[in-house]
Amino acid sequence: MDWKLWALKKSIWVFHVNTGACNNCDIEIVNLLTPKFDVERFGIKLVGSPRHADALLVTGVGTRQAAKRLQEVYRQTAKPCVVFCTGACACGTGIFEGAYHVAGPVDNIVRQVDPNAIIAYVPGCPPKPQAMIMGVVKALSALQPKEKYATERVEQTVVANPG
Amino acid sequence: MQQNELNRQLSRIQAKLTGIDRKAGNRVFLSCEAENVYAVCRFLFSELGLRFVISTGIDATDCFEVLHHFSNDESGCVVTVKAFVRNRESPELDSITPLIPGAEWIEREMHDLLGITFRNHPNLERLILADDWPEGVYPLRKEVQT
Amino acid sequence: MKESQRKSVLAVGPFHPLQEEMEFFQLTVDGEKVTDVNVRLSYNHRGIEKLSETLQFDQVPYLVSRVCGICSASHPLAYVQAVEEIAGVKPPDRALYVRTIINELERIHSHLLWVGLGGHFIGYDTVFMWAWKYREPVLDLLEEITGNRNNYGNVKVGGCREDIPDELIPKINQELDVIEKKTEMLTKAVLDDPVLHARLKGVGILKKDDAIKYAVTGPTARGSGIAIDVRRDDPYAAYADLDWKVISQPEGDVFAKAVVRLLETFESIKMVRQALARLPKGPVAVDVKEIPPGEGCGHAEAPRGETFHYVRSDGGNRPVRHKIRAPSYVNVPSFKASCIGADIADVTLTLAAVDPCYSCTERIAVVDGHNAVVHDYEELLRLSREKTALIKKEIGAPEMKLEGC
Repeated sequence: MDWKLWALKKSIWVFHVNTGACNNCDIEIVNLLTPKFDVERFGIKLVGSPRHADALLVTGVGTRQAAKRLQEVYRQTAKPCVVFCTGACACGTGIFEGAYHVAGPVDNIVRQVDPNAIIAYVPGCPPKPQAMIMGVVKALSALQPKEKYATERVEQTVVANPG
Repeated sequence: MQQNELNRQLSRIQAKLTGIDRKAGNRVFLSCEAENVYAVCRFLFSELGLRFVISTGIDATDCFEVLHHFSNDESGCVVTVKAFVRNRESPELDSITPLIPGAEWIEREMHDLLGITFRNHPNLERLILADDWPEGVYPLRKEVQT
Repeated sequence: MKESQRKSVLAVGPFHPLQEEMEFFQLTVDGEKVTDVNVRLSYNHRGIEKLSETLQFDQVPYLVSRVCGICSASHPLAYVQAVEEIAGVKPPDRALYVRTIINELERIHSHLLWVGLGGHFIGYDTVFMWAWKYREPVLDLLEEITGNRNNYGNVKVGGCREDIPDELIPKINQELDVIEKKTEMLTKAVLDDPVLHARLKGVGILKKDDAIKYAVTGPTARGSGIAIDVRRDDPYAAYADLDWKVISQPEGDVFAKAVVRLLETFESIKMVRQALARLPKGPVAVDVKEIPPGEGCGHAEAPRGETFHYVRSDGGNRPVRHKIRAPSYVNVPSFKASCIGADIADVTLTLAAVDPCYSCTERIAVVDGHNAVVHDYEELLRLSREKTALIKKEIGAPEMKLEGC
C-alpha cells in the first residue's frame, strides 16, 4: 500500500460531496481554485467523478437523504483515498446535533461502509481556505511521514502566502 | 395600496373572519375557521393583489393553525391569515395552490412535517423528508421529540 | 419513493451516472427542449425549525446564520427583528447602522459570487476568476469587523454583538474604492460584450404574471419588472435614512437579472459609504430580559430576495414556533416557468439566474421519455459552454475586454 500512498502526494484530485451543508464550506472549497489561493499550482484539482478522485472533500452534516449517496460515492472512489471531513458539520454535526433529519457525522457514515477508511478532519465554520490547504498537507504528510520533501516545500509556499 | 385603503378593504371580508388583530407597526392578523381560508386568501391575492410570502403550520396542542402570510409591498404591511383546523385526528384544509402556484411546495412541506392534508392540492407528494422516513411520524408535532 | 405516474421519475443519482437515485432537479425533454421539471428536496433538510424550539431566543441567531451560507447575515437579522417586534424593543441607532453595513457588504460579495458563477456556466472562466478574486477583499473586511469571513454571528436580540471600531472606517472606505473600480470594469465588460448579449438575452425569461403567481422576490422579481424591495417597502435597520434606489429591469431574462445584480452592487457600495459617514455614536445593544407572549414577523432583503421569519412566543425563553423562509424557496419553483420550452443548453444558466444555493445548481440532470439520464450536470455545463462558443464564432467577436488586471 505504501507506494500507492506515495503516488497520492504528487497531485491530488479531489471530488466534492455535499451531504447537507449550508454552502459556506462548499463556497470556501471553490474559493481554493480562485486566484488568491490557487490550489491548482499544487496540482490539486476538482474533478467531476469520484472514480478519478484521490480524496473526497465532504461537507455537511450527513442528512438522512444524503447518507446513502455518500456511501455509494465512497464505494466508487478509487482506493486508496482520503476522506476530508470539511467543516464543523462534517466533523461532528456541529450546531445541528440532535436534529431529526441528521444521520450522524460523516465519519460514522463512511465507517459503516469501510471501518478502515482514512479520514481527516478540517474543522471550522467554515474552515478558511488556508486551513483547508493546511489540512490536506498535514493529512498527506501524516500518511507518509518519511517523505519530508513535499511537506517542507508546500509548507513554505503556504506560509509565504498567508492571504 | 396605501395602508388606510388596505384597512378599509380588509373590513369588506369581515363576515368570513372571527377576528382582526392589528399589531403595532405593520402587522395585521386575520383569524378565521378552516372552511373560510380559501375565500379569504382569494380576496387578498386576487382582489387586493397582495403578494404571497409563505405559510406556517403550527401544532397548537388543541388544534392546528395554518398561517398564510401575505405582503402589501406598497405600505410594507404583512397580512397573516390564521386558519384554525380543529380536527386533530385528521386535519384537513383547502389548498390555495390552485389559486397561487407558489404555495405548492409549502403545502407539501406542511403535509410532510405536520400531517395536514390539503384538499385539491395538485401534487401532495413527499417533498423534504427522506425516502426512508417512516410514514405517520410528523416531526413538527409537539409529541415528537428532537 | 413510490412510483409516480409521470414520466420524469427514476432519474439518476447526483453523484454517479449509473446509479438509480433521485436527482435534485430532473428535467424531461423532447428533443432539445425541456418539457417538464421535477424537483426533490431533502438532501439539505436538517430540521432547523424544530431545533429552534429547543434553543433559547438568544441562541437561535447562531443556528439560523447557518441556514444558508451566503445569506448568513440576513437570516439572523430577520429573526431578531421578529423577536424585537414581540418584545417591543428598539435597538440603538448605532446598532441599526452596523447591521446595515454588514448586510450590504454581504450583498456585494454575494452578487460578485453570482457574476462569477454565471460566467463559469457559460464558459467565461476569466469572469469567474476575476469576480471571485475581487470578492476576497470584502470577505477580509468582514473578517476584520466580525471575526469571520462568513457566518458573522453579529446580530442579537436588542442590537449587535460587536461594534465597528472607528479606526477601521478609513480602511473600509479605501477597500470600497478599489472594489468599486473593479466592479465598474466588470460591469462595463459584461454590458458591452456582444457575445454575452447574444448568449444571455431572451434566455430563461420569467414573465411578470408568472413571477407574481410563483410569488418570487429579490433580483428574480426585479429582473421581471416587479420593483419590490423590503429595504424600501418595510424599512428596517438604517435603510430609511440612506439615499439609494431600487433597481429593476422589465425583460425577465438572464441578462436583465445580471444587470440588476451588477447595478445593485453599486447601490450597496454607496449605502455602506453613507452609513459609515453617518455612523451615530452610542451603544450597539440594549439589554433584553424577557420575551412576552406574542407573535412577530421579521423580514430582510437578502441578496437573493426576501427572507421571512415568523416567531411565536408563549412567554418562556424558547420560541414555541419559528418559521424560516429563505428567498430561494419561492424563487426556485419559478425555474419551472422559465425553463419549460427552453433549450437544454440553457438550463444551468436559467437555474443559476434564480441564484439558488451553489449545491442546488450541481444537482441537475436531464431524463428522456424512458427515464434514462441523457445529460448529467457536467454534460449540461459542457452544452452551455458549447453554445457560447458557437455564438462567439457566429458573431466573429473578439475576446472579452477585461482590462486593469
